[in-house]
Amino acid sequence: MILNAQDIHKGYETADLRTDVLRGVSLALEAGQSLALMGESGSGKSTLLHLIAGLDVPDRGEIAVDSQVMSHPNDTKRAELRRQLVGIIFQQFNLIPSLRIDSNIAFQAHLAGRYDADWCAKLATRMGLSAHLEKYPEALSGGQQQRVAIARALAAKPALILADEPTGNLDEETAQTVLTLLLEITRETNTALLMVTHSATHASALDQQLTLRSGKIA
Amino acid sequence: MQLFTLLMGLALATALWSGVQAINSEARASYGAAAAQVAQGQSDQIVARADESMSVADYIALRRLGWLVTPQIEHRLEMDGETVRLLGIEPLTAPNLPGSFDMQTLPMDQFFSQSGFALVSEDSTKVIEALDWGFEIAPNLAAGTAISDIGSIAMLAERGDTLDRLIVLGNNAQDPAMLEDIAPHLKYLNASSGNDDIARLTDSFHLNLTAFGLLSFAVGLFIVYGAIGLAFEQRRTMFRTLRALGVSLRLLITLLLAELLIFATLAGLFGIMLGYLIAATLLPDVAATLRGLYGAEVAGTLQIRASWWMSGLGMAIGGTLIASIGTFLRLARLPLMEAGTPQAWAQASQKVMIYLGLLGCILLGVAAVLSTLASSLVQGFVLLGCLLIGAAFLLPLTLDRCLALLERITKRALPQWFWSDTRSQVPGLSMALMALLLAIATNVGVSTMVSSFRLTFTGWLDQRLVSELYVTLDTAEQAGDMRRLLADDVTAFLPIVSAKIELGGQPAEVYGVTDHSTYRDHWPLLEAADNVWDRLQEPENALINEQFALRSELAVGDRVEGAQRQTIVGVYSDYGNPAPQMIIGMEAFAMLYPNIEPMRFGLRVAPENIARVSKVLRKDLGLPPDAMVNQARIKALSLGIFEQTFTVTGALNILTLSVAGFSIMMSLLTLAQMRLPQLAPIWALGVTRAQLGRLELIRSVVLAAVVTCLAVPLGLALSWVLLAVVNVAAFGWQLPMFLFPKSYLVLSAIALLAAIIAAAWPAQRLARIAPHQLLQVFSGGR
Repeated sequence: MILNAQDIHKGYETADLRTDVLRGVSLALEAGQSLALMGESGSGKSTLLHLIAGLDVPDRGEIAVDSQVMSHPNDTKRAELRRQLVGIIFQQFNLIPSLRIDSNIAFQAHLAGRYDADWCAKLATRMGLSAHLEKYPEALSGGQQQRVAIARALAAKPALILADEPTGNLDEETAQTVLTLLLEITRETNTALLMVTHSATHASALDQQLTLRSGKIA
Repeated sequence: MQLFTLLMGLALATALWSGVQAINSEARASYGAAAAQVAQGQSDQIVARADESMSVADYIALRRLGWLVTPQIEHRLEMDGETVRLLGIEPLTAPNLPGSFDMQTLPMDQFFSQSGFALVSEDSTKVIEALDWGFEIAPNLAAGTAISDIGSIAMLAERGDTLDRLIVLGNNAQDPAMLEDIAPHLKYLNASSGNDDIARLTDSFHLNLTAFGLLSFAVGLFIVYGAIGLAFEQRRTMFRTLRALGVSLRLLITLLLAELLIFATLAGLFGIMLGYLIAATLLPDVAATLRGLYGAEVAGTLQIRASWWMSGLGMAIGGTLIASIGTFLRLARLPLMEAGTPQAWAQASQKVMIYLGLLGCILLGVAAVLSTLASSLVQGFVLLGCLLIGAAFLLPLTLDRCLALLERITKRALPQWFWSDTRSQVPGLSMALMALLLAIATNVGVSTMVSSFRLTFTGWLDQRLVSELYVTLDTAEQAGDMRRLLADDVTAFLPIVSAKIELGGQPAEVYGVTDHSTYRDHWPLLEAADNVWDRLQEPENALINEQFALRSELAVGDRVEGAQRQTIVGVYSDYGNPAPQMIIGMEAFAMLYPNIEPMRFGLRVAPENIARVSKVLRKDLGLPPDAMVNQARIKALSLGIFEQTFTVTGALNILTLSVAGFSIMMSLLTLAQMRLPQLAPIWALGVTRAQLGRLELIRSVVLAAVVTCLAVPLGLALSWVLLAVVNVAAFGWQLPMFLFPKSYLVLSAIALLAAIIAAAWPAQRLARIAPHQLLQVFSGGR
């Protein structure tokens, strides 16, 4: 099993209020499988994704990716696991503006110690980015930038791809192209995919669908 | 944060400027009071020609002929190491005293009392009390000065009826040219050709301080410029919203201007208070330095003078307005519909960086041309300005190119990102880095200049003060006794004789020297003909000092009208003396001035015999202790004075570097918030917050190191301009430049330390930033 999250709880406290965002969420994902996570705004989708990525720690429960505990309290350990096991795709692309496209694609692979120039070149070709490798992100369209983000996530050959509304900032046609590419490559590489989306159409293209409502699986 | 940066930047800039101005104005006020003492220095004077004297009879004769003049004598009184300058005046004809003392209200009965009475400065009471005279404190009298009746002082000094000078009163209608016929032994000195040694010499010191103050202020303005620019960018969205809601551009600019002026006034006032504290701390050292170095009396306490606090406030407000011009221009051109981000400012700065770089190249080109042509003080300062501003403008582009190169040759992901990210930060940090460049360069430049001066001056002292003991006799007849008594202990008696002459139309002195190896081996000659010392013994030859040679464009081989028409056979360095000077052979001197007999001697004595020789002079010749000066003591005193100078420049060094360090810290803190969108993805991809914090710290050190590497040569260039151009134009002598690699290393280490301290807080904040703050970056659009 690539992803195993059990009884996840997470809440945030402000000065006079505590908000429980996740209240006992459990889910699992096998290698090569894809799962669409849906739900209204504020239902806890992104929070769950961030916990799985090890960007934050749950208040309760345990998350394991490829049998490694991602909910480890040590920040350095989580960063190491994130580098090795997870590829993240953000809605706003979040490319590194000071690096060229080829360096952006290779960045996490280098960090993980799994840089493979041929694989990066193949990904760039598949994503239609070969002509843009020496450009900087600001010179690319939104669709192109998101394809760079996908290539960056896949370049390190992670066990799990986490995509947080990857098509949310794109027009329908571009969104469909990007999604198709993402699904094709994750299936080909037997990579698990967990994607947060608002679109039922996009969700239906994935193997499984889950809906979060008020911090629980509906 | 922006508000704090703005206020502190402006306050620090004003503090350094007004602190230095306070010191300068306090010192200048002290000399002013001294020079204005009973109008001396402001009025024309009549004095005796060389080898002549002036008596009361001359004064009476001139008054009878209708000359409106008032007599003065001077006497120095030393007691317990404190010297008081006693000025004897004739109150019935003297003009008003400076300050609150109107001659009409002078207590005449006391002033003329038999038991003695003086108006004294606050620090001179002890000496006057010891005389058992009555006194009254005159608050505006120069430090170390007392004024009394001319008769009382003549009696005290046992000088009969000789006078030092006659002050010509403003309403005198007599033609100065007539003096030649009436009293040929007297000469008329115009106020402009009067003795302004102190002012000229201390100007050297003040020039350094003012340059420091101005550069510190410029460093502060860089902070203010950066703070205003960043504050504008952070509020850009709000400005656009306000404009969209109907607020006119004029109203918006007026409100922002009012806001800035309020901040500038508050920060300026706070800065003046800080400046007062800086000045109060440093003034005693400055006073001691000036007193020891130049004999200028400066009160060691600080008064609040309107001139410096008004100038401080003016600089704060003026500086803020200058620093905000660019921001207001951007505001005026702000497109209403453009989506603005904080990065827009950094991107726009990329273009500015290229333009600045080109401008910097042009300014450095102008500086290069001026470095070969500049000969006046104004040209020297233009050269300094072009050099410093040009280098500062070129800095961001230089850093950008260096970092681009490093990025290109780095293959690993994180280091490559580090260089590229550092490069992307250069526009945001450029103001702080320019401030650091100027601060380090100024420190290197000024400390090189001061250290070169110290080395040259002490070396020069070693050359000029070769004799182990200097003796001043009471009477010329004692010379024979001295030679007889000390024949076994002293290897040479070198007479020191001088007479007043005119050189190049200026008052000057001519010295006679004997032919002795002391001069041949040690005298500091900058330029000399062959067999210079042999030729000097011929009456038609002379040596002149450097300042006279530079000012009158004279060189070896030229002829000059001095004591007589003479050929220049050598030029010697004569630091600290602004007046022309000439040296001729002793035989020629005796021929030209037969009435001047040597009263001062340099004695060559084995060091172990100095004490015995001093004892003989004291006991057998009856000389007072202060008639003998031990060479070692003079040198120790001179070095002591320089150490005090170093205390002042050292303190200003630290202050300037602190301001630059503060500037870096504020820029980093401000940028930290704006940089989260760039850092969050790096964190998400597997770099820990602690790693990011460490990289921030390394980034500052790397930038500071590059800036330091560039600042050291810039500082040396600055030092060269100060020593070889500004100093020559201002004071007439050129100082050789020495390098002090060890002190540059120490300074570089301090600069790096300042950068580490400045970056430590922002780095720690990043290392401990809460994950949810970074996560907000990814949900920014929702």
